[in-house]
Amino acid sequence: MTIITRRNALVGGTGLLLAGCDKIVASPTVKRVLTLGEKATMSAQRLVSNRNALAPEFTGAERSPVFRTNGNTMPGSSEYAALMGGNFADWKLAVDGLVARPQSFSLAQLKSAPQRRQTTRHDCVEGWSAIGEWTGVPLALLLRAAGLSTNARYVVFHCADDFDGTPYYESVDLVDAFHPQTILAHSLNGQPLSVGHGAPLRLRVERQLGYKQAKYVMRVEAVASLAGINGGKGGYWEDNVGYQWYAGI
Amino acid sequence: MTDQTESPAAPVVATTPAPTLIYRTRLPIRLWHWTNALAIFCMLMSGMMIFNAHPMLYWGKFGANLDHPWLVIGHHATAGFIRLGSTEFPTTGLLGYAQGAARAFPPLVTIPSGYDLASARQWHFFFAWLLVVPGLLFVAWALISRHLRDLAPTLDELRPSHLWADIKAHARLRFPTGEAARHYNPLQKISYVVVIFLLIPGVVLTGLTMSPGMDAAWPWLLDLFGGRQSARSIHFICAAAIAGFIAVHLIMVVLAGPINELRSMVTGWYRLPRDKPSKEIGR
Repeated sequence: MTIITRRNALVGGTGLLLAGCDKIVASPTVKRVLTLGEKATMSAQRLVSNRNALAPEFTGAERSPVFRTNGNTMPGSSEYAALMGGNFADWKLAVDGLVARPQSFSLAQLKSAPQRRQTTRHDCVEGWSAIGEWTGVPLALLLRAAGLSTNARYVVFHCADDFDGTPYYESVDLVDAFHPQTILAHSLNGQPLSVGHGAPLRLRVERQLGYKQAKYVMRVEAVASLAGINGGKGGYWEDNVGYQWYAGI
Repeated sequence: MTDQTESPAAPVVATTPAPTLIYRTRLPIRLWHWTNALAIFCMLMSGMMIFNAHPMLYWGKFGANLDHPWLVIGHHATAGFIRLGSTEFPTTGLLGYAQGAARAFPPLVTIPSGYDLASARQWHFFFAWLLVVPGLLFVAWALISRHLRDLAPTLDELRPSHLWADIKAHARLRFPTGEAARHYNPLQKISYVVVIFLLIPGVVLTGLTMSPGMDAAWPWLLDLFGGRQSARSIHFICAAAIAGFIAVHLIMVVLAGPINELRSMVTGWYRLPRDKPSKEIGR
């Protein structure tokens, strides 16, 4: 004889409810409808934002005592290990794709270019925030030096790190690429970037969340479309986990 | 609330044997109520999944693992806890560790049930539109249609003695009957006004404050709430208060007569509870 206890009924009912809810969550139609919210959010934010509206900047006293690292903290490739061993003296940043004059910059060249220093807040998608002072070269300078093609719509950042062999990459559109606070940073709080923070160079795109701030940037590629680049959604997390490409919220 | 059948000869109602049906809830209220209920449930549940990604809250402009949270929901092995300041309270089975999962909020109450920050965010920011757009339309309608007058407590109702009497009536589960049941009672008015004009705007504005894009567009948001991590804390507190309101709201619906209350929120028509003789009330 089966005795249906209240506890069993509750556990069974809970299971059914969860299964039902998860079925709704997993439905491709539901997923497609929900992306409408993401598009509306991006359009609305762009509508109420000045193209060059600056992310808030802070004073030195407002910095986080410890700026924690996240994501990959040590690229696994032997190429990266060799560059790191040479203190990035042999490291070069490639700027190519839809540009008139593909470029290659050493770290010393980037540091001698006009700099921007900004104390900004880094917001992880998980919810935490840290404030730090970044120094680097405005991306706009590099794109102009390379002569960005009028066909270019996005800028893709190819990185030295990977997750289980899948390379990290990110992308922004031209509004964010030419934003005055969008820099390729080589220093945090006055010190050269540590390996954990993305040495020798990382992206700062201050109006978006942490996963857009690509670390270990090796190559900047101008493209007309994100389709055909890795998973086609414009970034490692976008391709593999489903994070929103527009990470303004 | 409308009073289409209102008449000054109120006492007659009490002696009428047939139940008095009144048209109590106008269509815009009913439409907003149900879209809002859906939006709030989806937002609370997906919001709890988002919280699970970093189950700590801070005050100020920044806050991360090595800073000082004022609230942590966590677990030691299979023992769940909530920590407020430096005081820990065991919450195994509810928070921190429940249903065999080491998560701040258990699978039963989150969307999705498993850990999935990307999907939870898609849900949250989709239903945010369903919260904000109908909410603004409702408030605009309430202003134009003078529904706000139904919601606003009168000065008389705000007198401590009046409020105390209403608290006692609620505690004894005595609900208004006859003519008094045509209108919201004072505690009901206060709770609706707090939810509509304080908690929902609070949750929306603190939500926007957490957006790095919105902080660039509207930097005053950060000044209003004292920084992004303060905004995140206030977001959570407002959401918890809304959840508390929903719990009490549902209990009240059940106690006041769920069929009649549901009918009035679905069709608009409400059966006016008859005035009972005072002996019966005092039982």
